[in-house]
Amino acid sequence: MKASVKSGSWNTAILYACVAAGGMIGSIARYAASLLIPPLSAFPLATLFVNVTGSFIIGFYSTLTGPDGRWFATTRQRQFVMTGICGGYTTFSAFSLDTFRLLHDHLTATALLNIVVSVVTWLVAVWLGHVLANRLNRLKGS
Amino acid sequence: MITGLLSVALGSVLGGMARYFISGFVARRVGETFPWGTLSVNVSGAFVIGIFGALAQDDNSVFASPNPWLFAVTGFLGCYTTVSSFSLQSLALAKEGERGLSAGYVALSVGLCLSAVAAGFALGGLFK
Repeated sequence: MKASVKSGSWNTAILYACVAAGGMIGSIARYAASLLIPPLSAFPLATLFVNVTGSFIIGFYSTLTGPDGRWFATTRQRQFVMTGICGGYTTFSAFSLDTFRLLHDHLTATALLNIVVSVVTWLVAVWLGHVLANRLNRLKGS
Repeated sequence: MITGLLSVALGSVLGGMARYFISGFVARRVGETFPWGTLSVNVSGAFVIGIFGALAQDDNSVFASPNPWLFAVTGFLGCYTTVSSFSLQSLALAKEGERGLSAGYVALSVGLCLSAVAAGFALGGLFK
């Protein structure tokens, strides 16, 4: 009993470490993207870029390593990639602040465009990643 | 440059663990049929980024200088909130046939996060 409690909390600590390490990698990649991608006439392109690519990656990876997936991944690996890297790489807070600043500066049309384009492209990206991985999963041989 | 990177790295380690803790805690408390955990994280993160955004407008504020902003906003809040889990959960709800819940999750996330950032900005403006 005592041993299982101990191994349970050890396992939890490892999962936290996986999320922290992945989150750091993802966040540095997001920071790099923000330095490399300038806004397109006030439109926050860098935030859109990380959120779309991150949604694609999580859709692809979660299906490829899922129950019917072609790749086996441990819970730790999945937490590292999905909760860690993808979670740290994408950001809902910057999207919210970007949109709010556009509204605040009376760039209402750009703000609305950002909301619509963001939500649609995030969802299309996660779906595309999922569909592509499903195709790979169904290919013969392994 | 190096101190900027370190600020983002340190903030993101804390933000990622905070997201894992809060989203897991909320999901265990209220159940996992609807992604309340991720919603709580994104809405609370939007509220705080609104406060910091308002404070940063003041040139004497600590957030007007680069490294505190990189630590707290780019690092901590950027890693604390997430779009990837949001997208994956919206897709999962839609695939389970819960189209209404999926659409509701998208509308609730966007609506609440934008309201939260505005509320945070108004609150932060009081302390400038």
